[in-house]
Amino acid sequence: MSLMPALVLIPLLAAFIAFMLPRIARITGLIAAVTVVGLSLTLASHVNTGGPLRMSVAGWEPPLGIGLYADGLTALMLCLTAIVGLGTSIYAVGYFKVDRNHNGYNTSSSGWWPLWLSLWAGLNALFLTDDIFNLYVTLELMGLAAVALVALEAHAVAAATRYLLVGLLGSMFYLLGVGLLYALHGTVDMKILTTTMQAEPAAWMAMALMTAGLLLKTALFPLHFWLPPAHANAPAPVSAVLSALVVKASFYALLRLWLGPFEALAPDLAGQLMGILGAGAILWGSMQALMASRLKLVVAYSTVAQIGYLFLWFPLADSTDAGSIAWYGVVWLALSHGLAKAGLFLAAGNILHASGHDRVTDLAGVGQHLPVTLFAVGLSCASIMGLPPSGGFVGKWLLLNAAFVSGQWWWAVVLLVGGVMAASYSFRVLLHAFRNKESKHPHHTPHPVMEWSALALALGAILLGILSAQPLELLEVGATMGKLALTEAPQ
Amino acid sequence: MSQFLWYALIGAVLLCIGLAGLVIHRHLLRRILALNVMSTGVFLVFVALAKRAGEVPDPVPLAMVLTGLVVSVSATALALVLIVRIQHLHGSAELPGDDA
Repeated sequence: MSLMPALVLIPLLAAFIAFMLPRIARITGLIAAVTVVGLSLTLASHVNTGGPLRMSVAGWEPPLGIGLYADGLTALMLCLTAIVGLGTSIYAVGYFKVDRNHNGYNTSSSGWWPLWLSLWAGLNALFLTDDIFNLYVTLELMGLAAVALVALEAHAVAAATRYLLVGLLGSMFYLLGVGLLYALHGTVDMKILTTTMQAEPAAWMAMALMTAGLLLKTALFPLHFWLPPAHANAPAPVSAVLSALVVKASFYALLRLWLGPFEALAPDLAGQLMGILGAGAILWGSMQALMASRLKLVVAYSTVAQIGYLFLWFPLADSTDAGSIAWYGVVWLALSHGLAKAGLFLAAGNILHASGHDRVTDLAGVGQHLPVTLFAVGLSCASIMGLPPSGGFVGKWLLLNAAFVSGQWWWAVVLLVGGVMAASYSFRVLLHAFRNKESKHPHHTPHPVMEWSALALALGAILLGILSAQPLELLEVGATMGKLALTEAPQ
Repeated sequence: MSQFLWYALIGAVLLCIGLAGLVIHRHLLRRILALNVMSTGVFLVFVALAKRAGEVPDPVPLAMVLTGLVVSVSATALALVLIVRIQHLHGSAELPGDDA
């Protein structure tokens, strides 16, 4: 099965070509994007029919070689990355074409393609990896490319540097944890670790170190301070992939670890603590989003809040009945947030491009000049608020269900309050944007692909709610959570 | 005290020194150096692990350290480029707004 290595090698190869031959960078990037979408969908259909895939690269078995593994969750994350990646790549064609002399735009397209394609390779490798050391390598691959992408915008260099420092610090904690686990068990393979893990002080230490490192990278409140400046100041397509995919990738790593090696280890208290931090993220992030003066900052703080929802899985996973419902809910939220936030950041980029600023109170006239973009903003916000029939609604509804089934009703309160706050900051933006205005300044019109790709991604977040049966089925493939609920329910 | 424990302990101390340096210092060059001291600490723990069991060193942690070194060098290079740019833009190699 050479599908899995191809998912990493094709973007990597394309990144190399784009770097060496900048003239054909754009076409190379687009061809790679379409190819990766095709490969990801093929992998998803293989997983759907044939169960989880596993392979050792070049025939070297796990203790020494690199093991790749793909189950339903992997396939869904790969597909999300592929779809957001394709949409953003198409957007970038228009974005990096704009006249660089106005609006202070001096972002360079020669940097975008090689870095973005390397980031994509890192993301795909992270989703496919099956050992905790390669997880470190892929996190770094992803992190370094992401930092360089943020730094494409001249005024975002300070934010990029802070992002780099935080990312490296997180990696150090994570790597030390990997060392401890290797010392205890003599392996870094996740499947073997899952079976041999025992509750002992050194293992708890490793769990704490690795979790702390990944929380820092995922920007969970109160470790989120680096995210808003980096995501709000980066070029629009970069903001989109960072918010939609990169923070999800380190969350995915956390999910894999807590479902695998740390499952037997994690005390209930740790799950509750993660939930409390998640709730803090929802409330604090939404509050900041409500008060932020710039549209892109609103969107970035909204990401901080939405990350919080993902962490409500941890306290709910403790109870067996609610665990699998919460598991579906959280993956659903991650997927729909990925699409909605990518659409929203791209749309915000259009507004910034068209009016030369993105002050929320001065958004009047956007509805007249950029109807398609405003429609994309509206659809994305609908999913982020959790209005039916969007993907965000399905995810939140499942989480609500899980909260009631497990008897932990207070998480439901957090969910509802968070939804109301999301509606508040969304409507604040929409109200200003819908106001009409006699325009005095000539408005720059964004390239049509920039408007339509934003709309397509936003539409994807809505479709995810309507067409949820097939992907939910895919998620069951190889899911330990679903099986857990089935086998332990009678007790 | 066994040799393994001794080296692992030094690694842990280096890690703490690096962490303290990262938090205390404002100058970005010092912060990058602090991160390098931290990573050296982590690598030392790994190297100590390799010698933990028996006379023949375990190659796996050593291979990991080599990979880690490559990552660390690339990260430092990227950081240095960013620091030079910040120096050009802001006139000082410190993150703006850090004093708050």
